[in-house]
Amino acid sequence: MTISLFITCYNDTLFPETGKAVVAVLERLGHTVEFRAAQTCCGQMHYNTGYPHDAAAMMHHFLRVFRDAETICVPSGSCVAMMRDHFPKMAHESGDAEAVRACDEMLPRIYEFSELLIDKLQITDTGAHFPHSVTLHSTCHSLRSLHIGDRPVRLLHAVRDCTFVELPRADECCGFGGTFAIKNADVSAAMLADKLASIRETQAEVVTAVDNSCLMHIGGGLSRRGIPVRTMHLAEILASTHAEATL
Amino acid sequence: MSVHVGQAAEAPAFQAAAKDLLQNQQLRRNVRHATEVIRNKRAKVVGETPDWQELREAARRIKNHVMRYLDEYLERFEHACTRAGGHVHWARDADEANRIVIDIVKRHGGTELIKVKTMTSDEIRLNAALEAAGITPHETDLADLIIQLGHDKPSHIVVPALHKNKTEIRSLFLEKMRLGELGESAEALADASRRYLREKFLRVPIGFSGGNFAIAESGSVCVVESEGNGRMCVTLPRVLISLVGIEKIVPTFGDLEVFLQILARSATGERMNPYNSIWTGVTPGDGPEEFHVILLDNGRTAVLSDGESRETLDCIRCGACLNICPVYRQTGGHAYGSIYAGPIGAILTPQLQSMEHSQSLPYASSLCGACYEVCPVKINIPEILIHLRARVVEQGYAPLTEKVGMKAAAMAFSNGERLATAEQLARLAQKPLVRDGLIRSLPGMLGGWTASRDLRPIPPESFREWWAKREKQA
Repeated sequence: MTISLFITCYNDTLFPETGKAVVAVLERLGHTVEFRAAQTCCGQMHYNTGYPHDAAAMMHHFLRVFRDAETICVPSGSCVAMMRDHFPKMAHESGDAEAVRACDEMLPRIYEFSELLIDKLQITDTGAHFPHSVTLHSTCHSLRSLHIGDRPVRLLHAVRDCTFVELPRADECCGFGGTFAIKNADVSAAMLADKLASIRETQAEVVTAVDNSCLMHIGGGLSRRGIPVRTMHLAEILASTHAEATL
Repeated sequence: MSVHVGQAAEAPAFQAAAKDLLQNQQLRRNVRHATEVIRNKRAKVVGETPDWQELREAARRIKNHVMRYLDEYLERFEHACTRAGGHVHWARDADEANRIVIDIVKRHGGTELIKVKTMTSDEIRLNAALEAAGITPHETDLADLIIQLGHDKPSHIVVPALHKNKTEIRSLFLEKMRLGELGESAEALADASRRYLREKFLRVPIGFSGGNFAIAESGSVCVVESEGNGRMCVTLPRVLISLVGIEKIVPTFGDLEVFLQILARSATGERMNPYNSIWTGVTPGDGPEEFHVILLDNGRTAVLSDGESRETLDCIRCGACLNICPVYRQTGGHAYGSIYAGPIGAILTPQLQSMEHSQSLPYASSLCGACYEVCPVKINIPEILIHLRARVVEQGYAPLTEKVGMKAAAMAFSNGERLATAEQLARLAQKPLVRDGLIRSLPGMLGGWTASRDLRPIPPESFREWWAKREKQA
């Protein structure tokens, strides 16, 4: 199968390793990955901060770039949520009939990474080897908007030598919230402190998630406090094999 | 017409208030403990209700229907209530409502008023208006009494004194009720308040209440509560005045079947409220001889006119969104500067009053979506927050640095080449900020991030650059 990767703007810039890991996993499973260089951003930051017109321009660009893609993989739960929750309404409001049609046809072909593996490719065992203890932060959008449920956990359970440790109060927001982390920095930091305490309780070596945005937030807090827990996108764990399974 | 929501127009921005409140460790402990207790109770009684999702959907549909035909239902209510011997008054705003109350009390030569279950009276600042007119209001709901005695402000929709613990309440009672001695148990405190309040129930001839529901077909008003003080307040006085927001209408008595099930479970984690009082007009020899209902607008019809955020009015004030909210849990309700705190307050206050005075509220959320998930009438609070953020920007209240940053980002995101260039520029620009492989301090607004979090610098190669190289090699 040919899978088109929508890397998302911040993964492209800040977390290229996640993109490489997605490519590694999908190619290992025998699929072809394509990357369309014209792609940019889903518009989430603009939309959620109060700039819907800018976001709409990005949506139109996305729809044009990926119009004929067969299957689209997005290693970011919140970007998929942005598209599923808001694109149809935005397209409708734009009065562009072609955009409305494009949303209708394309949204069912867009998958968050763990959804792609489990729902579309029907895979739980990706052949990964990762001899470390891992806890999972259930990101808000993947949990409450995508309803991905235990998909990431099932994928982790199939990883050889990986010890999965459940995160207490896993359904609580880490306090990132996009521009919220800057506009309401103090409250965001207080929420993060709670999340870090929960992570510490697990004594896990690695905290993973399907969103690097939350992990960037959590990782920034861990680093500032000197807590030796590493943040890794789920794709990076699933990409590691015997040869490279060292932290 | 002047619409105000309590003292929200004078309140500091959410960020500023939150910053102060985060320093108050006792308050944060109290809020955390109380919300956790209610949350767990709620989860238990919701979990045992097999048709919970159907009940939510039914409630949403009823509310949706009422909002669509609100004008008709309001007139139906007025007609039915009047026929049952009640008097219906229409108040466009807070000042008009206050004037109606004061006129009624003065006509009866009253100098005191016993009050219960009426957050809406805080919205119109009734107590201040009464005091200015020489009338003394007595709050009789225990939590409201605690707030009144302490010259405090409510911090929760259902549990207004949630930020206070038992010890704090005991010292307040000792001082304000002028008690020589007082035990330390909850029972002792309840006993003290009972003695204090019953004297007022038996003496003051004019009562004042809010209303959880107003039933259009019968003209009845319904108040639910846990203490029984509300029951006293609406049955003992000779004259009863009820202040009801126009959105509180339900079409029929039968609709309460849905709402009484979801409200109690969502609000206090009980299967049913201990006291459900429903009264219709006046009945000779039984209860108040004179009954007035004030139907309050105070900005509600303006909310109704926006199809995107209208469902804000569906709120039944259960407070479940406050208890689940990770932001509310950190700060408590005072940060929202309004009697309507938490996620629902963050969308209600800016719609009732002008955005000028509430521009920080739509941003007081991480959009985690927990509020929407628990809301018993399925108000999509995150969606409305986003809608209101767009209004903040549209009305010109966004900071200049943000507007410039968003414009620049929008430019960068307009095509792949521009994004690639922007990535290269950002890598260069970050150079002076990187120390030992980390960014520990950022300038301007972004400094909020680095106040408590490090940032990993942008790596030397973007994904798209890596991909292009790989393609070339292949």
